[in-house]
Amino acid sequence: MKGALLWFAVVAAGVATFAIKLVGHLVPRHWLAKPQVARVAALVTVALLSALVAVQAATSGGHVVVDSRLAGLAAAAVALLARAPFVVVVLVAAVVAALLRWAGLP
Amino acid sequence: MARRATAPAVSTAVRQALSVAVATGLYGVSFGALSVVAGLDVPQTMALSLLMFSGGSQFAFIGVAGSGGSPGAAIATAALVGVRNALYGPQVAPLIDVTGPRRLLAAQLTIDESTAVGTAQRDPAAARAGFWWTGGGVFVLWNVFTLAGALLGNAAGDPRRYGLDAAAAAAFLGLVWPRLTNRAAQVVAGASVAVALVTTPVLPAGVPVLLAAAVAVVVGVAWRDGPTHPHGTALP
Repeated sequence: MKGALLWFAVVAAGVATFAIKLVGHLVPRHWLAKPQVARVAALVTVALLSALVAVQAATSGGHVVVDSRLAGLAAAAVALLARAPFVVVVLVAAVVAALLRWAGLP
Repeated sequence: MARRATAPAVSTAVRQALSVAVATGLYGVSFGALSVVAGLDVPQTMALSLLMFSGGSQFAFIGVAGSGGSPGAAIATAALVGVRNALYGPQVAPLIDVTGPRRLLAAQLTIDESTAVGTAQRDPAAARAGFWWTGGGVFVLWNVFTLAGALLGNAAGDPRRYGLDAAAAAAFLGLVWPRLTNRAAQVVAGASVAVALVTTPVLPAGVPVLLAAAVAVVVGVAWRDGPTHPHGTALP
């Protein structure tokens, strides 16, 4: 995606996300306030974010690839276990991957 | 009694709101930087923070777009990550009780943080203050720090050299981590990783991530003691 197509996707996704928020304010309360709906919605968020972890950490150009990103991700997990704030978790991953690449690893 | 309790309760809510806004705003730096690394320019990155204004959805969009996904896959993934925001409306609307254009503003500011701070207050005036100050504060700081991050990312050059591709993976881990509080969520997370890795070589970019959402729907319908609360996190 580039240029006009990327702009289209950015605006369309922004409008869609806003519309979803607005729906919550407009529909009758009992439509959405169901445990089953809340459970599925929570799990959908978990599924998408988990799949994105895998795709970002271990794939490249449509292939499964193992490189310094995985070590960075492992370091991030340690930071999360130590209750580090989000920004620190992200920085730790970057620093570990950058150091390994500086040392000549892929 | 309730009236006398209002003023201190409101200032407590505002203080909470501002500390949440600063913490959340700060990680807008990582979104801004990772967005330009994923191939968006600075105006496109800002458009996401202004229009979409939901951290999980924004990271999801740049994740799919950056890995070569189609516009349809990027839009669908961002929208699906944002579905939980629809469930906040029924919690927030009775607290703030607004109509007309202010309702549109309230909808845009309905995110994890503003819902969490607003619904945590016992006093009605404090609940309103908590929602508006958190929503407004996060909006301003999230956008300011997104811009700072985007300019920083632009200056960084080769993202791999600085480990920014690993940082993107860590961002998603940080977003999902506080949500893994029950067995069903952990099973869905593991299955989603497996589905994404197994199908990546055979499906177009972006589709494996959407396929994982289908796993969640199946587990959510079949598994009765799963999570019942859509927000388990202090992130947008």
